[in-house]
Amino acid sequence: MDLITEITIFVLAAFVGFEVISKVPTTLHTPLMSQTNAIHGIVMLGGLIVVGYADDSLEYVIGTIAIAFGAINIVGGFMVTDRMLGMFSRKPKPKQTEEGGK
Amino acid sequence: MIPAAVLEPGGAGATALYIVAFSLFILGVRRGTHPTTAKQGNLIAAVGMAIAVVTTLLLDGMGNWGILFGGLAIGTAVGVIASIRVQMTEMPQMVALYNGVGGGAVALISWAEIRHGISLGEEIPLDTLIPILFSAVVGSVSFWGSNVAFAKLQDLIPTRPLAVPGQQVINVLLLIGILAACTSIAINNDDPSQELFIGILLAAALLGNLVVLPIGGADMPVVISLLNAFTGLAAAAAGFALDNVALIVAGTLVGSSGTILTMEMATAMNRSVANVLFAGFGGAPSGGAGGSTEERPHTSIGAQDAAIKLAYADSVVIVPGYGLAVAQAQHAIKEVADELEKRGVTVGYAIHPVAGRMPGHMNVLLAEADVPYEQLKEMEEVNPELPRTDVAVVVGANDVTNPAAKTDPDSPIAGMPIIEVTEAQQVIVIKRSLSPGFAGIDNDLFYEPNTSMLFADAKQAAADIAAEISQL
Repeated sequence: MDLITEITIFVLAAFVGFEVISKVPTTLHTPLMSQTNAIHGIVMLGGLIVVGYADDSLEYVIGTIAIAFGAINIVGGFMVTDRMLGMFSRKPKPKQTEEGGK
Repeated sequence: MIPAAVLEPGGAGATALYIVAFSLFILGVRRGTHPTTAKQGNLIAAVGMAIAVVTTLLLDGMGNWGILFGGLAIGTAVGVIASIRVQMTEMPQMVALYNGVGGGAVALISWAEIRHGISLGEEIPLDTLIPILFSAVVGSVSFWGSNVAFAKLQDLIPTRPLAVPGQQVINVLLLIGILAACTSIAINNDDPSQELFIGILLAAALLGNLVVLPIGGADMPVVISLLNAFTGLAAAAAGFALDNVALIVAGTLVGSSGTILTMEMATAMNRSVANVLFAGFGGAPSGGAGGSTEERPHTSIGAQDAAIKLAYADSVVIVPGYGLAVAQAQHAIKEVADELEKRGVTVGYAIHPVAGRMPGHMNVLLAEADVPYEQLKEMEEVNPELPRTDVAVVVGANDVTNPAAKTDPDSPIAGMPIIEVTEAQQVIVIKRSLSPGFAGIDNDLFYEPNTSMLFADAKQAAADIAAEISQL
């Protein structure tokens, strides 16, 4: 990929980010921040590539720590977001049973 | 072990899969902005991530599987365990920590990249080197800044602003030094100095610490959100260096959406991002509130009195704040509400946009305690109802109820939208002491004639009140 293509992609992606996010209810600020936080864990791919093609011991060490960090970012980020959002979706159930009991 | 398919790096197959992955990210974030689709959106983004990771593992020429999967396994295990064990109240610092490790990963990758470039002994092209330098600086700032934010929210270090004399000057000098070192490396791109690069990482680390330390706990959500956006940009820069389209799109997406989120959060707190970063509440309160810390007359009551006031009211509005989260009192408060509803009292919850430590945090906590969604009322909705409310119960909230925001133009929080509890017939404030909140200023609400203070831990107080009401 040449630099111009990459910059084009960058600019378009920036606008997508601006457009996609407008008017978020306050309730979802924290979960959404946590989700985008998990998405930037994608840098782990860089770590995988570094270690996958590494041929020097310090590169192994740096790359492996980067992979571990990235994996924490990804796995933890998505799971924590899911737990937070689960708090909201679990609610209708007890309400329905209450209504059923009436 | 032979992979099912081997993809050529930068080839059509790998790129196609990366495009699928980042499309799922965009879809996931889009769905994450609506309450009904948010959970699904998160799953979609996670699937996109899985596709991106598997694609990378299938790239031609990848090796060192043992160490590679070792790193993956350790990180995954830590992520899973931490996410399962974390309390809902500790969510903000958890996000800070995850953001920090992401930033750390970016910084480390940039270091490995430049090492690799140097070991090849060839000139490193500037369109690779500049992104590497950018991701090194931003990644390192984000790692250390997030860790400080985590430490502050976890009360490992004081949440109040910690200022070093000449702070701003030191920061500017550090930044100039970092830029100079980056320029030097870029000029000598045929043989860049690795020692100088490590120096840049360290200087950026110091800068990350110095920028976040002087910021008070109340502003931490904005800081974390901002660092989140920065980490995204650093990831995008790493994508430029590695010619990886998935990194560029995902990183940029986080960078721009994170910027919008940060501004929305800051607006909800009536603060500007620049104000948070450079002014803090640090300077103002020492002069502003210093004079009024002596004891002022206030009314103090016990759980039984509070229970009577509540039980014989027609309508009650509960105003939860961070104190409720700290005391884990959301379930106990729900019990009080249940007892009141049994007696026919109308109960609602007034949620300030920044109640808790992050916008939306309080909604999560109350949802955890099974509070029905309809009872959660936003500030704009509840303020006009307050004059018709018999009792407003403020649980561990402080600054968001401070009438000074409306009445005192010199107050550091002047103009901040507040929940106007003083409009209610009576106010009960459950709080451990008269001490100021995050903003570091005294709250006039505590000394209003219709305010009663109940000095106790929020959870204990709520449990006591619930027990008293059930016996009335």
